[in-house]
Amino acid sequence: MISRVLTIDLSDYTYEIQEREDLVEKWIGGVGAGIQILKERLNPSADPLGQKNVIVFSTGPFTPAYPYASKTVALFKSPLTGELGETHAGGRTAMAIASAGYMSVAIEGKSEKPVYIVIDGDRVHFRDGRSIVGIRDSLILGRILAEIEGGRGIRSIIRAGYAGEKLVRYACLTTETYRHFGRLGLGAVFGSKNLLAVVVIGNKTYPPADQKLYREIYSEIYRIGVESEAMKKYHLLGTAENVLPLNELGGLPVKNLTERRFDCEDISGEKFADENLGRRIACSHCPTACIHIAALREEYEDERYFFKTVMIGYDYELIYALGSMIGVKNRRDLLKLIHRVESFGLDAISTGVCLAWATEAFKRGFVSREDTIVDLEFGNSAPYLKAINWIVEQPNEFYSDLAKGARYAAEKYGGTEFAMTFAGNEMPGYNTGYASYIGLTIGLRHSHLDNGGYSLDQKVSSLSPQETVDRLVKEEMWRQVLSSLVVCFFARNVFRPELVSRAFLPIGFQFTEDELEKIGERIYMEKLKLKKAMGYEPDLSQIPERVFEVETPHGRLEREFFEDALNYYRRTYFLKAD
Amino acid sequence: MKILRLADVEKCVGCSLCMLACSRKNVKNQRIGLGHSGIRAVSLSGFERGATVIFCHACLEPPCAEVCPSKALKPRKGGGVTYNERVCFSCHNCISACKIGAIFERDDEKIAVCIHCGYCVDFCPHGVLEVVEA
Repeated sequence: MISRVLTIDLSDYTYEIQEREDLVEKWIGGVGAGIQILKERLNPSADPLGQKNVIVFSTGPFTPAYPYASKTVALFKSPLTGELGETHAGGRTAMAIASAGYMSVAIEGKSEKPVYIVIDGDRVHFRDGRSIVGIRDSLILGRILAEIEGGRGIRSIIRAGYAGEKLVRYACLTTETYRHFGRLGLGAVFGSKNLLAVVVIGNKTYPPADQKLYREIYSEIYRIGVESEAMKKYHLLGTAENVLPLNELGGLPVKNLTERRFDCEDISGEKFADENLGRRIACSHCPTACIHIAALREEYEDERYFFKTVMIGYDYELIYALGSMIGVKNRRDLLKLIHRVESFGLDAISTGVCLAWATEAFKRGFVSREDTIVDLEFGNSAPYLKAINWIVEQPNEFYSDLAKGARYAAEKYGGTEFAMTFAGNEMPGYNTGYASYIGLTIGLRHSHLDNGGYSLDQKVSSLSPQETVDRLVKEEMWRQVLSSLVVCFFARNVFRPELVSRAFLPIGFQFTEDELEKIGERIYMEKLKLKKAMGYEPDLSQIPERVFEVETPHGRLEREFFEDALNYYRRTYFLKAD
Repeated sequence: MKILRLADVEKCVGCSLCMLACSRKNVKNQRIGLGHSGIRAVSLSGFERGATVIFCHACLEPPCAEVCPSKALKPRKGGGVTYNERVCFSCHNCISACKIGAIFERDDEKIAVCIHCGYCVDFCPHGVLEVVEA
């Protein structure tokens, strides 16, 4: 069992290691343990970009033990929404943290000069980062760190990019080139702490409590994963397979939701796979390998027969945000936009939604050409490439405002009714109906992965507001358990309660299905309490007007339905979180 | 004698399941984690260039055995070595002697080297590894 917590203070370059078995017993690990660590160390009123903000990376008891336990949960106060920040990433981070001997790592304080941290087993090194600031390509920073640090094959390199250094409120962290702590601006929190990267190296192991049973359950999980239908979708076309069916359904957001259908043949998962898929890779301990990487071969315009080939990761969310949401329907254009966003270390969803708002605001005269510098136009990728540079470089007041998120910019320039954010977080690609939008509003990180509202919309046609809320919250409570283990949500159909309960036995724990469910409820309420203390209010003001104007697969959405749902949520859950 | 061999290295997705299988295989000292593995899954200077696995190439005249002062490593019939961890005193000469970097330090400071048992093959989801007659 791994229950150690490492706390690193950047202000005085010290660290300490504590045994926290108590957290495992009561809260499992991952998000459950992480939220307790955050509560112990973070003042809810702290400035997200001040030295008092605290970052917690957390893995769980399944992390080195079972396939698909390949995620790390990060918790912090978000500079984008001003309340609880939570984002999950795959890659090799979870394996490296657990192998260094930690369940969780907390980082606090602020370094006076740029640094990066190397966590090598029991030791933490603070490395001078002054020579590697200002690198505009996150890939280059990754390569430099890979070359100068050890631990090849048993490490993870987590870095903020140039966007993080520039404090873009939706800058992300990148790990192993293609995975991200994407949402809610953790890159900017790194930037505010003068922290460039965290390298984690480890090779610690531990024995199972019951060897025979461990092998059996391990093989069972492995077999379900590779043989059953549960993981097939992620393995073949990947999440990009959603593009065509969602468009067909009318659930794909198009041009800031001003249009309903999109010519998306060229940016479909099928087309990406046929024309560009160059490689698939996996997170640590994942047999599925869902990470789809496109090869983009490009000739230099001014030099014939001089080519470069770049390898660009793609997923449904990126195709939506930098494709349909801003009207880009050409695959090459889209890949170039994705590549630019990745190089800077920006969150792709937030960037796309910010650009979509800016385009409409420009078109409708809320902002001028002096603000936008170029003519932003749906479908035209060249100005968007420039605009992405400016979000990071912030050459004028407008781009510096846009770097603070769509809600912030809209509140200043006007156009809040079409700034597609929920509680300040830019929306993911699901215009599927009530459950999606209510799910984003009440979801604890305002993400589609909180409670899968988009999926509920597609499965069930007529739920009452109360039923919708109850179903969403119930799902989100169980997902607290999954993200305490911590397993990938893509494997949620593998890790059913019965199997989760059984899988604890050979690694020396006992949790009944009933206990797990109760812990999920408790973690949910703990998080809600913290959000409340940070100022979150579940009300209609968190939802842009456009939601009530667009057609969805469930037709036009009634405002009263949202009012009823949010009132019910407030009474039944929110007010009980004290 | 059988040896472990790459069937198609281009199919390696870097998932590390082979490493975890290797740490898990020892019935007397089963371990959870990467640190008892005689095989290593690495990216090729970043995952944009893909991934590969590093393990014992089954040399017919293994340099690692030649520099082992305790005879913990002995040449194995068909190539590679056998490892007797009880007599190993963790000098790590073998790690320096291996030209392809296929001997690894374990978390208890002893070494991990592939002995070509093939246990990992059953947990390689993409057919990167195979066991063949030497």
